[in-house]
Amino acid sequence: MVRQSATRRESGGLGVTTHTNDYVPHAAGYVDNEGPKIVTSRFTDRDSHTLERFEATGGYRSIRSVIAGSPADAAQLVKDAVLLGRGGAGFPAGVKWGFMPPVWPRYLVVNGDESEPGTYKDRLLMEQDPHQLIEGCLITCYALGLNMCFLYVRGEMALAQERIATALNEAYEAGYIGQNIFGTDVGIDIVLHWGAGAYIVGEETALIESLEGNRGMPRLKPPFFPAAKGLYMKPTIVNNVETLSNLPWLFQHGSAAYKQYGSEKSPGSRMLAISGHVNRPGVYEVEQGVVTFRELFYGDNYCQGIRDGNDLKMFIPGGGSAPWFFEDQLDLKIEAADVGAAGSMLGSGAIVVMDETTDAVKACLRVVRFFARESCGKCTPCREGTTWEEQILQRIYDGHGRPEDIDLLLDVGSQISPGPYPVAGWESEGMTPVAFPPKQTTICPLGPSSVAPITSAIRRFRSEFEAKIPDPDDSNSDSTNAEVGS
Amino acid sequence: MTATEPTEAVTGVPFTLNGKEYEAEQGELLIEACDRNGVHIPRFCYHKRMKPVGMCRMCLVEVDTGRGMKLEPSCMLPVTPEMKVETESEATKAAQDGVLELLLTNHPLDCPVCDKGGECPLQDNAYAFGPGESRFVEEKRHYEKPIPISDLVHLDRERCILCDRCTRFASDVAGDPLIHFIDRGSSTQVNTFPDHPFSSYFSGNTVQICPVGALTASPYRFKARPWDLDTVESTAMVDATGARVLLQSSQNELVRVLGVDSDAVNWGWLSDKERFIYQATNSSSRITEPMARGGGQELSPVRWVDGLSSAARALQIDPARVGVIGGARLTVESQYAWAKLIKGVVGSDNLDAQIGDGLPAVLTLGLPRTTIAQACAPGGIIVLIGPDPKEEQPSLYLRIRHAVTEEGATLIEVTPRATSLSDIATVSLRSGPGSISQLVANFFAEVGSVEGVSDAALAKVRSLLNTDDPISVLFGRGNLAESGRYTEDALGVIRNSRPNAKFLPMLRRGNVVGALEMGFSPGFLPGGVRNFGAGLENWPDVPQTTGKNCDGILRAAAAGEIDTLVLLGADPLDDFPDSALAHDAFDGVDTVIAVDTFMTASSRHASIFFPAAMFGEVDGTFCNLEGRLSPVRAKVTPPGLCRPDWMIAAEIGSQLGFDMGFATLAELRAEISSTAFSFAKVDWAALDNAEDGPLLELDRDWDLEFGEPAEPPVVASYGMRLIVDRKLWDLGTMTQEAGHLASLSPGAALHFSPTDVQMMDLANQSYVTIDHGDISFDLPFVSDHRVPPRSAWLPARLPGFDVRKLLSAGRSITSVRVRTSEAN
Repeated sequence: MVRQSATRRESGGLGVTTHTNDYVPHAAGYVDNEGPKIVTSRFTDRDSHTLERFEATGGYRSIRSVIAGSPADAAQLVKDAVLLGRGGAGFPAGVKWGFMPPVWPRYLVVNGDESEPGTYKDRLLMEQDPHQLIEGCLITCYALGLNMCFLYVRGEMALAQERIATALNEAYEAGYIGQNIFGTDVGIDIVLHWGAGAYIVGEETALIESLEGNRGMPRLKPPFFPAAKGLYMKPTIVNNVETLSNLPWLFQHGSAAYKQYGSEKSPGSRMLAISGHVNRPGVYEVEQGVVTFRELFYGDNYCQGIRDGNDLKMFIPGGGSAPWFFEDQLDLKIEAADVGAAGSMLGSGAIVVMDETTDAVKACLRVVRFFARESCGKCTPCREGTTWEEQILQRIYDGHGRPEDIDLLLDVGSQISPGPYPVAGWESEGMTPVAFPPKQTTICPLGPSSVAPITSAIRRFRSEFEAKIPDPDDSNSDSTNAEVGS
Repeated sequence: MTATEPTEAVTGVPFTLNGKEYEAEQGELLIEACDRNGVHIPRFCYHKRMKPVGMCRMCLVEVDTGRGMKLEPSCMLPVTPEMKVETESEATKAAQDGVLELLLTNHPLDCPVCDKGGECPLQDNAYAFGPGESRFVEEKRHYEKPIPISDLVHLDRERCILCDRCTRFASDVAGDPLIHFIDRGSSTQVNTFPDHPFSSYFSGNTVQICPVGALTASPYRFKARPWDLDTVESTAMVDATGARVLLQSSQNELVRVLGVDSDAVNWGWLSDKERFIYQATNSSSRITEPMARGGGQELSPVRWVDGLSSAARALQIDPARVGVIGGARLTVESQYAWAKLIKGVVGSDNLDAQIGDGLPAVLTLGLPRTTIAQACAPGGIIVLIGPDPKEEQPSLYLRIRHAVTEEGATLIEVTPRATSLSDIATVSLRSGPGSISQLVANFFAEVGSVEGVSDAALAKVRSLLNTDDPISVLFGRGNLAESGRYTEDALGVIRNSRPNAKFLPMLRRGNVVGALEMGFSPGFLPGGVRNFGAGLENWPDVPQTTGKNCDGILRAAAAGEIDTLVLLGADPLDDFPDSALAHDAFDGVDTVIAVDTFMTASSRHASIFFPAAMFGEVDGTFCNLEGRLSPVRAKVTPPGLCRPDWMIAAEIGSQLGFDMGFATLAELRAEISSTAFSFAKVDWAALDNAEDGPLLELDRDWDLEFGEPAEPPVVASYGMRLIVDRKLWDLGTMTQEAGHLASLSPGAALHFSPTDVQMMDLANQSYVTIDHGDISFDLPFVSDHRVPPRSAWLPARLPGFDVRKLLSAGRSITSVRVRTSEAN
């Protein structure tokens, strides 16, 4: 199974070149912040991705001890540790596992289709420590009593695919995957599947559709909750790469040790991918619910301040889909529940920082364009609405906007996401609090995500929008609209 | 047409709809529960006969399932107890407004020139639920205006609202996933795969279910406006399934046929043949006046009365020297009239509606009959012994396919080659030359094995059939190059081994079951009467001896024992499997009387030609393979001097000095009811409005005697077994006269299994030579995994080569010698 991928590569199937250890990251890489090292313990080793290094540093020991015990015990430990999902929703993995009805066959699907704008932490986990992920998969498979795992890796991540394929082959050779793993009567297969480059396939039901060989389009939940009706309509657990990468450490050190890190609500660490106008962007492993955004942006162990000493204008706390935060939220602890209550989401831990030189309209346009291009085309409001939003924003940005366009923009957004949209800073602005997530007329949250930058930007920087819109009564204006109007 | 289903569920699900209490059925979708209770929710992607996708979001309504009001797609949401639904609330209306405004942002407003304008769900919903004005000022999306995605269907992507109906139909219902979405976001579009046209037999359905004018059918494009159309409900007559249709005309010309959602039969789907064959009715090649050969040798127009009296003279001979072939094109009423004329007045029993490619009438008439719904019921067991249903009964194929893929039905297929159902069949077995009854006998044996069939497959069939549940056997002639006797034997084995098995005849020709019911087979009188001695009410006489079937008539004719040959819409020269025998027969007769619509190879030999009114021009009744009656209706007036077939029979009767006793259709129907037992209780007046049509009472309880199955013939070691069947698109007269269908038939080519291609070392060649007697034919061939080894498959009536040249009536199996051709 996995060998198939390796064969394709050898035959030059997709033209992927073999990388060596002289790999130069094409995005900011891991930054060692001297914090907890639950999933990044080997990241500073140049051969972190090899089986040799992995085993020399304690790898494949957890799974051995897990297999010696009962699956129920393993599942219970994950439940006890309150391991929160790292894909975006932040749902406890142990609870999710419990949703599986006693139906076989059942599957584990690992979501490695990381594509949220600003997120690049799963890529590092797959590139730098593929065996850690594989061990996490094995533990999960054993705990859930299943023997087939699908690793869905984003199409563009050539090095991650390369490293995982190599690691899988190594593990198969070593007898860690396949029949009778570690000399027991347990058999687990792991299949590597390459994505084809669609953002929406990061959504679990779309991922399942894609894995089945169909066009990646989300299924409606209910009835298609993967835990009950997932891959091939069988019970399926879809877990994020980072979630499973936590398991080897967790099982080696126990849930009590795990809970010593992080807050009570959110134990453990999180991989945060920080990009934008900070002095030291990169992926940091930080304790959940302990560090604040301010510490993260300005702390010496972290990003070391905004570039050129500029002021912060806004930041996106959880990937392109998340409503924006501003300096009012800097002292929030980085923790899913708190961020959610403040009107945004921590999502997949992608933080984008924008300084005072940033054009709010342009930033908004850029994010909306992403969603318009990545809409899968299934639901009318998202398919047509996101493109319309982009067209209006482009018009405003180009200086051809009409005064009514700002409200039109909000109204088009309300057709994708009806009702009040979550917004940060409601306390200081005397607004009614609205918690994340927003309501939606669509199947999945992609469409509503395009509304996040619009409501965030217009709510806070409406004057910037207005400044770009020519006055229709001003005959001196050189805008197209004014000429038409005169 | 769900009204026939019980509307009161055993345990209803109470829910609140717009403040009023209602009950839904268990598992019923909200949109269906609302429909049933008279509350309309606008929709585009939802279609009753397909799985919901929740794509268009038009059917969003506010629903409270205990966690507060939330917009939910009613097409995806089963009603749960105490659910509260608001279809008229502000939030619901805002969502509907929003979806319509968004759909219209990129929809071209070319309604005045759009075929769909006037019957367009998008137009209707925009008026009823839309915002009225658009705020979209940008340039709309542009694509190349309609692109042909097949010979029959054009796609206008600008109009498409991406509801997934056509694509779902193609992949889920038809099993031809040839159209799909490509690209993303607002550039998402339906398209075909490069170099793979949408050449599905069912492509026309996508045009019918398209909620906008994105898909249009070539034959109808720009032909009429919906408000100018006159409509009647009728029944398709191209095959024995009898799909229900709407016939639509404009200015006395048939312009469109639509499928009717009949629960019992076709669920609204039609094959493209059923949908577009109406073009033949409009053909300019129709023969519209009676013709006869006068002193000269050419057929020339004559007065009706002269033609009729000539015909009467030709029939006033020894009844044994009269033969009549055909009649499956006729309505039940016309069939009765002709049966009465030939058997009752002329006194000949040489009457056969099947043209050498069917099975003995006693099987259809006498075996206990099932219905499509029973055979395709959830969890049912279907045994298919016969041809590929997709080629010969496409509407029935869709029902079988649905039963197997969606309803968990078991399909055991015993066919000479792999069919279109093989991929989904539970077990698919190949029957060897003449050995199908031995194979089938093994299904019911405790032990034993069959050559060429794996023991595992055989064991699986045994365990599947080891049940008291009813088995539905669909039967027909799978291979025209083999005697029907073997199929007959196999049916006998099943009948004797499983007395509770029920049968469904998959005979190919339109109203052939009606014809058999009306006595269009030697040895039978209307109503399935076999006892000639007793005579029939209203009939002056009945034949005293059993006559000849088509095969026998042609043999007798070739031997000079038939003087007058009557062709009722039959073309044996082009259709009878043994072309040499057919030609000899025509050489041997004195007078050929053709009652037909076109000049065919056979009717060209007629001494007297009567122009018949055809489909769309006559009122009458159709009897499908279940024995279900449904109306056939006239929508346009027949051209020229064409007349309904029954009138021609009545006129010839009176020329023979006999008053047939009916001058109107009503009188004719009354006589059928009093003469034919199985029609005794038919309520003719209610037929036109009956939703699914009544089933004939067919509990005949005949004690059929099946002899010992014939031993398989010895197969010549050098030969390849020939498999001959039919394609949907062939050189049939109607297909060729229906403009857009004429060019769809593939060219004749032999199909070999890949193994044989390898064995015969043909990999780099494209032609083979067949030696048949003294003659050799060079033929193209293709490698085809559907063909079993040591076999050559070639459908009949394809352009390029007439495979009937290789067939001889009466030969048990046909082998051909194949060698490398010098034409390569």
